[in-house]
Amino acid sequence: MNEVLCKEAKTKEAKTNGNVAEFTREKVTFSPLVDIWEDQQEIVLIADMPGVDEHHLDIEFENRQLTIQGRVEKRHPELTFLGGEYETGDFHRTFAIGDAIDVARISAELKNGVLTVHLPKVEAVKPRKIPIKTE
Amino acid sequence: MLTRWQPFPNWANELNRVHKELNRMFERQNEQGGWKAFPPMNIWQDDNQLVIEAELPGMAMEDLEILIDGENRLTLKGQRQQKQMESGTWHRRERIHGEFRRSIDLPSVIDADRVEATLKHGLLTIVMPKRDEVKPRKIEVRG
Repeated sequence: MNEVLCKEAKTKEAKTNGNVAEFTREKVTFSPLVDIWEDQQEIVLIADMPGVDEHHLDIEFENRQLTIQGRVEKRHPELTFLGGEYETGDFHRTFAIGDAIDVARISAELKNGVLTVHLPKVEAVKPRKIPIKTE
Repeated sequence: MLTRWQPFPNWANELNRVHKELNRMFERQNEQGGWKAFPPMNIWQDDNQLVIEAELPGMAMEDLEILIDGENRLTLKGQRQQKQMESGTWHRRERIHGEFRRSIDLPSVIDADRVEATLKHGLLTIVMPKRDEVKPRKIEVRG
């Protein structure tokens, strides 16, 4: 997976503070900050999704596109908002994955608001050392 | 960084000041395209309490220190670890990591003994009960 193979499907939205925010419905949607790592066996995506629990999280992999989506409830509606430095909203981000992924073995975990998705590569794309026979 | 608020004689004025201060800070951060202070915080209140919230995904309570000095100065200290891998390649590293320390002056006097902090789903919530003397009081009007 190089830069070309792992580019995001959507990059049109304006960026603020590294977060892509766009309006869908009546709420603001944010692009979560991610780390992406790869070795010969798998691609690992780590996304910050504070406030999201497992019941409000959706992960889809289709047509080589990985979409992560998290819903966030409005917090402290019973209190008066005095002011703040960040906005809250749902999280949404899509990635185009170039390598062939073994879809059946994709796994994900969510811990302390951090989502980790493991995308194992199919055997065929793993680099294989070719033995050379000599006589 | 939040600047220190000077004590203000008038309660309504002080509230306006909090608003202005936070707005100013927000604008300044947007102009420069990055956070000046980590973590960013949101503040709510009602008559009895102040509630501060900060997004700290991936952190556990043991990575975090919350201090209250005097009656209204709150300090957050901590360290966010970056995951290390022995082999392989990182394609993106957008998530913020490193040590941070941030102090803010709260817009109200609080009861430090009854402050409660929870960390859930990467969300730090600090509930700070106001001291009785700053709570609004209903004045009985005698006819």
